[in-house]
Amino acid sequence: MTKQAMLTEDVPHPMDGLLRMDRIPHIWCPTCGLGTIVTAFAAALEKIEIPLDDVAVVSGIGCTGRVAGYIKVDSFHTTHGRAIPFATGLHLANPKLKVVVISGDGDLISIGGNHFIHAARRNVDITVVCVNNFIYAMTGGQVAPTTPLKANASTMPYGNFEKPFSIPFLADSCGAVYIARWTALHVRRLTTALTEALAKPGFSVVEVISPCSTLYSRRNRLGTGLDLMKFYHDNCVIKHGADTRELDIGFQEPITVGKFIDRERPTYIQSMNTWYGEVFGDEFKPYEGSIK
Amino acid sequence: MTADPKGVLTGEHYLDGDHAAAEGGLAAGCRFFAGYPITPSTEVAERIAARFPKVGGIFVQMEDELASMAAILGGSWAGAKSMTVTSGPGFSLMMENLGLGIMMEVPTVIVNVQRGGPSTGLPTLPGQADMMQARWGSHGDYELIAVSPSSPQEAFDYVIMAFNFSEKYRVPALVMMDECVGHMTEKVVIPRPEDIEITPRKAYTGPPDKYLPYLPDKDMIPWMTRAGGGTRFHTTGLTHDEKGYPVMNAECQEKCVHRLIDKIRTKADEIVVLDEEKVDGADVVVVSYGISSRVAVPAIEMARKEGIKVGSLKMITVWPFPENRIRALAKKVKAFVVPEINYGQMSLEVERCACGNAKTILVPHGGGWVHEAKDIYQAIKGGAK
Amino acid sequence: MPQEIPSAPKSTKMKYWRKPLDADTVKVPHGELHIVVNRCKGCRFCVEYCPRDVLQMSEGFNVKGYHYPEVKDENACVNCRLCEMLCPEFAIFCTEKEEEGGEG
Repeated sequence: MTKQAMLTEDVPHPMDGLLRMDRIPHIWCPTCGLGTIVTAFAAALEKIEIPLDDVAVVSGIGCTGRVAGYIKVDSFHTTHGRAIPFATGLHLANPKLKVVVISGDGDLISIGGNHFIHAARRNVDITVVCVNNFIYAMTGGQVAPTTPLKANASTMPYGNFEKPFSIPFLADSCGAVYIARWTALHVRRLTTALTEALAKPGFSVVEVISPCSTLYSRRNRLGTGLDLMKFYHDNCVIKHGADTRELDIGFQEPITVGKFIDRERPTYIQSMNTWYGEVFGDEFKPYEGSIK
Repeated sequence: MTADPKGVLTGEHYLDGDHAAAEGGLAAGCRFFAGYPITPSTEVAERIAARFPKVGGIFVQMEDELASMAAILGGSWAGAKSMTVTSGPGFSLMMENLGLGIMMEVPTVIVNVQRGGPSTGLPTLPGQADMMQARWGSHGDYELIAVSPSSPQEAFDYVIMAFNFSEKYRVPALVMMDECVGHMTEKVVIPRPEDIEITPRKAYTGPPDKYLPYLPDKDMIPWMTRAGGGTRFHTTGLTHDEKGYPVMNAECQEKCVHRLIDKIRTKADEIVVLDEEKVDGADVVVVSYGISSRVAVPAIEMARKEGIKVGSLKMITVWPFPENRIRALAKKVKAFVVPEINYGQMSLEVERCACGNAKTILVPHGGGWVHEAKDIYQAIKGGAK
Repeated sequence: MPQEIPSAPKSTKMKYWRKPLDADTVKVPHGELHIVVNRCKGCRFCVEYCPRDVLQMSEGFNVKGYHYPEVKDENACVNCRLCEMLCPEFAIFCTEKEEEGGEG
């Protein structure tokens, strides 16, 4: 029995309040996982109960970089690779802001790699959502530092021979306090991970493996984004607390997902205030922000 | 409005240019600093690192200059007054995000304590060879404001001036110092906070849901908000419309970028600050800036002793260039003499604006030291013929 | 031995090993689907992953030229909202249907 479904001019989509409706539909391809990730992020924002006026989203350049343009909070679409230091500036000048960096693997780990490792080292209290589609999609499918060995990309037209980064391993070695990896398919677990990451003080990283149909999938003849989602469905292994040294991703091989690191470290501002409190004694007023 | 007393070290001090610039930032209300050490600017960062904890600011030594420039933009968007310092190689690294600051219209201050270049060059010795880079260093079309101090006192004063310009015109402002001024120790008088004029941020105070981030006011400058201010705005480095949303077509480019240029270019006469001396009736005018303007002083005296009618035009603001003034003067003088520690940068602007009506005589210097006064004097003599 | 539970919604995907002990007290929610047809880009995530097989792709096209999901079995939806979470286009969501009374 088929039934024509209801259109919704009268009943708005529950996410419409959090989206810049004047810019929908978005530019992402059919079967791209980014819309799904934005939905999970919106659901996480609702759960953490931080006033939306205090949330700032910063993104870089790339397909994921466009996320900032669609979410209705103070959002910044910055330069390639520099979302993390920009976010650092926002947060340190006003620590009451909940600053979230949502950007892609190339943006955060390649050109932004230096900023990623230092922000993790300093434990700046920001949340980083790294959407990993294994490729530089927006510019036409070039190799990324996360592209699996043997995969095809436009600048590795005979297959990739560079060993890729393992983002959880990189983040772990630099001191990130919360590290999780999920895929766009695991929406509910992703929402939970985002909620935990947002609530956690310190540098939290959530890597989200996302289907890219137009570039990664097409260049590697893997079907559409739906086929990639089916691949995630059949080949993801959930291993909470796994050793971050064992989280490499091979081409079309099983992907280990889960929450890998959840530990405590003082944040940058906490470290600063504690130290200056020791050095200066009572005359030091703990730093609470640079704005009046 | 006047300065926040917490940051003002009122009194007479004996400071070098770098330290004076740091105090200028503090007096101007800067409470967010992100920088990276580079000779000869490092002392600015060091002084701010020492002063900020007690003044309530936050200092971060970032991992590189790219991060520093990005961080000060973020700090400014959060509502703080932010600044950074660097020298030639770091200045080059900051160019992309300087463009982002210009496109997003972010008030912030970048101090470039110029050294010998190009590349690693002469880290501990003066140069004035980043002047064109200051104007054209980032890609694309834009205008910005730059000032050039020639003494530690001016370093203090002009950093405050740069902050005021940046807030008024919503543009990153540059302070083009040089190593000589940076490492020269002189008397610096820091006034009382109530005697320091500070331009407040052009902050939006209307209903948050009606806010349009890039709707220009009558002065072509939009009202600025801050992250966490309830306006839920979006801003981007892409060409954007009044809502801050990217719009990829030529009409939007014309509207967006042309205004970025015009908001400064059409106000150039209000922005330009010059220090002129005996320019009326002069046969030769020495057009100078920074440390070279001080070396020009004895040269001018030598020439005047011989009866040459020499005027001095010291550029306090170097960008926008004082086009109209030079154009007008070119019709009255025989020659402009431009001493600069480079092989010809601001002299090109002088020559362009002189339109052939007067000679432009460059007195170049490769860098590593300042001019000999006699070289400038010889050029003045040549120009007076 | 898998059993059919008369009060549970019909589904081709789920079977029970035995009747749950609290089957008579559990109220299975019912969902009402809302599909913003013209936002759909035909990705099929919702059809593929609906645990109750509620949806199928339409014969017709929407304004963009894509097939879009249609409700195949309107009584099967249990308001799990997985389609709502998975949809990359914000084109489908569920609301809980008002119950008239009783379960199932």
